[in-house]
Amino acid sequence: MKTSAMSKRKSKESGGANGECISQTFRNKVSELNLQRNCKLETFSCLKVQKLLRERFCHHYATGKLFGMDHQYRHLLELLKRTIVHGESNSALIIGPRGSGKTALLKHVLKEVKEMKQVRENFLEVHLNGLLQTNDKTALKEITRQLHLENVVGDKVFGSFAENLAFLLEALRKGDRTSSCPVLFILDEFDLFVHHKNQTLLYNLFDISQSAQTPVTVIGLTCRQDILELLEKRVKSRFSHRQIYLLNSFDFKQYIRIFKEKLSLPAKYPDEAFAQKWNNNIQHLSEDKTVQDTLQKLFHYSKDLRSLHLLLMLALSNVTVHHPLITASDLHEASKQYRMDSRANIVHEFQKFVQRKAHCMYNFEKPVVMKAFEHLLQLELVKPIERPSVRTQREYLLMKLLLDNNQIMDALQVYPNCPTDIKQWAASSLSWL
Amino acid sequence: MNTRQQSKIIYSWYGKPMSSDRKLRTLQYKGIIIKSEKSRTETCIQLGEFILVEGENADQPFVAQLLDLYEDGAQEKHAVVQWFCHATEIPRNKQKLLKREISPQEVFFDQVSGYDTDIAVETIIKSVTVIPLRLGEELPVTLNKQQTFYVKQSWDGKCFKALSPDTFSKLKEATKKGGGIPNSSNSLTPLDIVSPLKKETEGVVQSVTKQKNVDLEIESKHSASKSSLAKERHSQRMANGIKTPTARKKLQLNSPTRSLKGRLLGSDVLELFDYDCGAVAPLEPSPTKRKVKFSGILGSPPKMPCTKPKATSFDTAEHRQRLSDTIRLSPYSKVDDSSEKAKNLSRKDNTVFSVRLRERQRQSLVLAPHSRRLCAQKTSARIAEQVSILNALELDQEEDFLALSDSSYSLSSNEVENDVVCTPEKKAKSSRTFSTPKSSRKSSVHTPSKTPKKTPSPGKPKTPQNATPEIPRRNHAAQKPASILEEARLRLHVSAVPESLPCREEEFQDIYNFVESKLIDGTGGCMYISGVPGTGKTATVHEVIRSLQQAAENDDLPSFQFIEINGMKLTDPHQAYVQILELDLLWTRKQNVMYNLFDWPTQKHSKLIILAIANTMDLPERIMMNRVASRLGLTRMSFQPYTYKQLQQIISSRLNSVKAFEEDAIQLVSRKVAALSGDARRCLDICRRATEICEFASRKRTSEIVKMAHVTEAIDEMFSSPYVNAIRNASLHEQIFLKAVLAEFRRAGVEEATVQQIYLQHVALCRIEGMQSPTVSEIMAICSRLGACRLLLVESSDKYLHMRVRLNISQDDVTYALKDE
Repeated sequence: MKTSAMSKRKSKESGGANGECISQTFRNKVSELNLQRNCKLETFSCLKVQKLLRERFCHHYATGKLFGMDHQYRHLLELLKRTIVHGESNSALIIGPRGSGKTALLKHVLKEVKEMKQVRENFLEVHLNGLLQTNDKTALKEITRQLHLENVVGDKVFGSFAENLAFLLEALRKGDRTSSCPVLFILDEFDLFVHHKNQTLLYNLFDISQSAQTPVTVIGLTCRQDILELLEKRVKSRFSHRQIYLLNSFDFKQYIRIFKEKLSLPAKYPDEAFAQKWNNNIQHLSEDKTVQDTLQKLFHYSKDLRSLHLLLMLALSNVTVHHPLITASDLHEASKQYRMDSRANIVHEFQKFVQRKAHCMYNFEKPVVMKAFEHLLQLELVKPIERPSVRTQREYLLMKLLLDNNQIMDALQVYPNCPTDIKQWAASSLSWL
Repeated sequence: MNTRQQSKIIYSWYGKPMSSDRKLRTLQYKGIIIKSEKSRTETCIQLGEFILVEGENADQPFVAQLLDLYEDGAQEKHAVVQWFCHATEIPRNKQKLLKREISPQEVFFDQVSGYDTDIAVETIIKSVTVIPLRLGEELPVTLNKQQTFYVKQSWDGKCFKALSPDTFSKLKEATKKGGGIPNSSNSLTPLDIVSPLKKETEGVVQSVTKQKNVDLEIESKHSASKSSLAKERHSQRMANGIKTPTARKKLQLNSPTRSLKGRLLGSDVLELFDYDCGAVAPLEPSPTKRKVKFSGILGSPPKMPCTKPKATSFDTAEHRQRLSDTIRLSPYSKVDDSSEKAKNLSRKDNTVFSVRLRERQRQSLVLAPHSRRLCAQKTSARIAEQVSILNALELDQEEDFLALSDSSYSLSSNEVENDVVCTPEKKAKSSRTFSTPKSSRKSSVHTPSKTPKKTPSPGKPKTPQNATPEIPRRNHAAQKPASILEEARLRLHVSAVPESLPCREEEFQDIYNFVESKLIDGTGGCMYISGVPGTGKTATVHEVIRSLQQAAENDDLPSFQFIEINGMKLTDPHQAYVQILELDLLWTRKQNVMYNLFDWPTQKHSKLIILAIANTMDLPERIMMNRVASRLGLTRMSFQPYTYKQLQQIISSRLNSVKAFEEDAIQLVSRKVAALSGDARRCLDICRRATEICEFASRKRTSEIVKMAHVTEAIDEMFSSPYVNAIRNASLHEQIFLKAVLAEFRRAGVEEATVQQIYLQHVALCRIEGMQSPTVSEIMAICSRLGACRLLLVESSDKYLHMRVRLNISQDDVTYALKDE
């Protein structure tokens, strides 16, 4: 009702002013259109930059450069080449902490290998992931599928695990070094395969790689440094002990260079002027003191390039039409956001908790306190020591505080109008804790 | 009919023995000369020629191709043949499948499994011509009707197939040359199925004949082998419902006129007698067999017809009597009972047992030969009837065998023993065929020559085995090694099969001797081989088997079958039933698999030899139950880890003449590996890696020999502890966190701390360093990252700050890694 009345009134007003304003409106519109077009262009280029960089940060395409792993790269490339070109069987592990670029390395190498003339279409890839193939049976099925062997079986449904294994082994046994197509087995999350029963799959894969059968290369990717100790002795003996370690072994200077590399627009970028501007800005940024400080902190915190990506992503999302370039403060904000303590911003909840502590003073009603308490439980700020049994009443459950004193203090300081007695309580009772 | 009835025929070998098998004591020949005394003709039949073989039906002798001729230890002459079958041998209902008229001269290439291809040469009548024809071709008109047969198709018991081009051409060749191709037995493809098993067949025959040597019935030997053939074929024939006109022949045989006239060889008498029995009832083989056995045992005077040249009807009768005596002695009282019953009731009812009836009557000296004969004539006709009824049921051939009678079954069970004794390897089910084990009974119904491989088991589950899985061929040819280093790498690959196994000569000899002695003795046995991985257990065993197979091929040893079972390649221990690899994985709760396996060789007649391989030395004592362990026996062998000298020798022998390594480099690798594990695989891997490093380093320069430096690098790469490096390359806060962990451990004196405690230490350390301390969330992230690398052992993270943390490496390592910074 109300809105319809409003619109009526509006139409009346506009109707009245119609004659006088018509030329004015037209002029306005023209200028608006001009503006819009400019805007659109800028928005377009801005969006484009965002899209490009976001893709770089989020997707792990084998497009970007690899840093500080030339040696490993060459090692792996040689290894694969030998398998594919010479038919030599091998097995190798790529070991490195999370985010150290294991998969990226492998993808780069595979890309290069595929571009080689004598290699094209000359090998089969089998990708397995420990998180997907949770047991040997599913892994075998997946291998069969990826090797396109199921059509050999025809319409027969694969029977038992044993049949499956025998079938696959038979298939691989048939080949020999010189005539069969090499098969590349890539086992992501290799450490999870180790937990399969008897390590049957690993044993067989390694055994094939150590016998004169179809040439295979088994490449495992894992972040566990103790992976070799997890292998059974007979499996371990068959593993050819190629380990490629990726350790993020770059220093801060290289880190800055990576930062620059990651943000720079490629030379092929269509809008050259903009790209020039953007890249210059990045160059300036990398020399800026605050930026370097921010990056240094992150570097000290983690060498993982993914955390850098995340930081840059946050900064990038600030880029708009009106704010087309990343500034130092953007980065600083982002890092602040990034480093924010997840639990410190739940202050008001904590405050309620403290209020409960001050129960006697304020004399809140019981249901209010209980509600606040339950909320705390849900946020997992406190946790029952044991599993809540039916017997004990909720009021008398033994609880554990999952916060550190510093966190509480920090939170209270940020909290603007904290009741004074809570501050007092914090000062008195937390100090001795 | 043929000439055999009228005259004595002498069989002698043509030429000198081609080859000999010392172990089996057989001699192979390329031809045989048949000399007929009466006609004074001498024909020579060579390998590859087509021959007529005496059957129960003299009108229609079997057609076969001569594949092999040999003389066994008892100077018995044997021949191995490829059968051809007449149209009349094929069940009528199956004949319809052809959809065309079958000329009496047409024969079919016989691929039915279960026929004994080993015959006595005395059954060979003469050579004939068999001409292979294309399917569409008309039979050419020839003058020599008796001597020429035509083959167009093959018959495998189920359906007709056109001759494979290969077979066709081979047959053609054989026809053209008129035989005399000594190697034709090898070149004829379908016979290849037979030939590998031939030796085993020999073994069987040998053992059978041995048994009969006891009987002192020389004639019975070959007749037995033939009778087994005869009964086989005959019973099959009967099963197939062919109305054979054998009765006629039998009549002739039994007629006093003929027996008076015919100066038969004793063997012939027996032979025909057997045929006789077999012709009338398919059950008869068992009594005849029995006879042979029991007469000897009972010590009944062998009334050898051959010793009495003037064979009379009385002789025959006496012979029969003896036969019937033995029948009574035979344990198949059931058969006797039923035959008695049948006698009481009506002879006509139970045609199957009518032979026995007849003989019983003869035994009771109701000497009215003519009437009996008439009666037999009747019965034979009835048998034909009954069999055709059986056939109408369209039972499977094998089932027919079983369905025919108890006696044939019990006979077969008798034969099972024989089979097991002689060729235990064959009975061992290959682990790769996951079909249900063929019932030994079934396979034993046939003579062991062909059956185990060819018998189609109807209940075969869907095995992907018949589908031939294969990895696609590569598009480009694999490159040949170009440089010395590549050559060396190829040789050093673990998969490369070395010409010899250095440093394992002793073990090799031990295992070889063990298996060889068992093979020669024909006994079974177990051997338990243990040793750490990479000490050449499997390689040595394979080498032993290879040389044993070589020896078997050269006929120095009895042939054997080798089955490899790898515990790791099985998903379920129950699928493993001779050589067990990775024995400790075959451990099941009740250990019945192992029990069965190890119990097998201890059985009296089994010839199973088990070589068990495992890593654990005391496996038998540790996890095996007593009954399993005791059956494993005491033959143990343990492979010691290689010493550095041995490793050095291994590498050198592998490299052979390829000059790619410095002597010192090899020594360094060997020493290093020997000190650590003695694993030859590792040693080879290091060397291979060293060649890569060398190749990589020398890309620019020309020096192409692996030096100490390369080897050291490879060793470092493989043996260096990853932890120290990982810690050194960790981020600053990660390092501080580790320091904090150490500090907390030192403070608390316990090697375990909660994150909250470590956090406090961490903050303190940061304050000392003058750094901004991280937030709790960051600490948690650091902690989980280190946990993922397994530098730390971390509890599940739902406890947040109260999560407990432990170091996964020694504190010293951590301090060492952090100090160098």
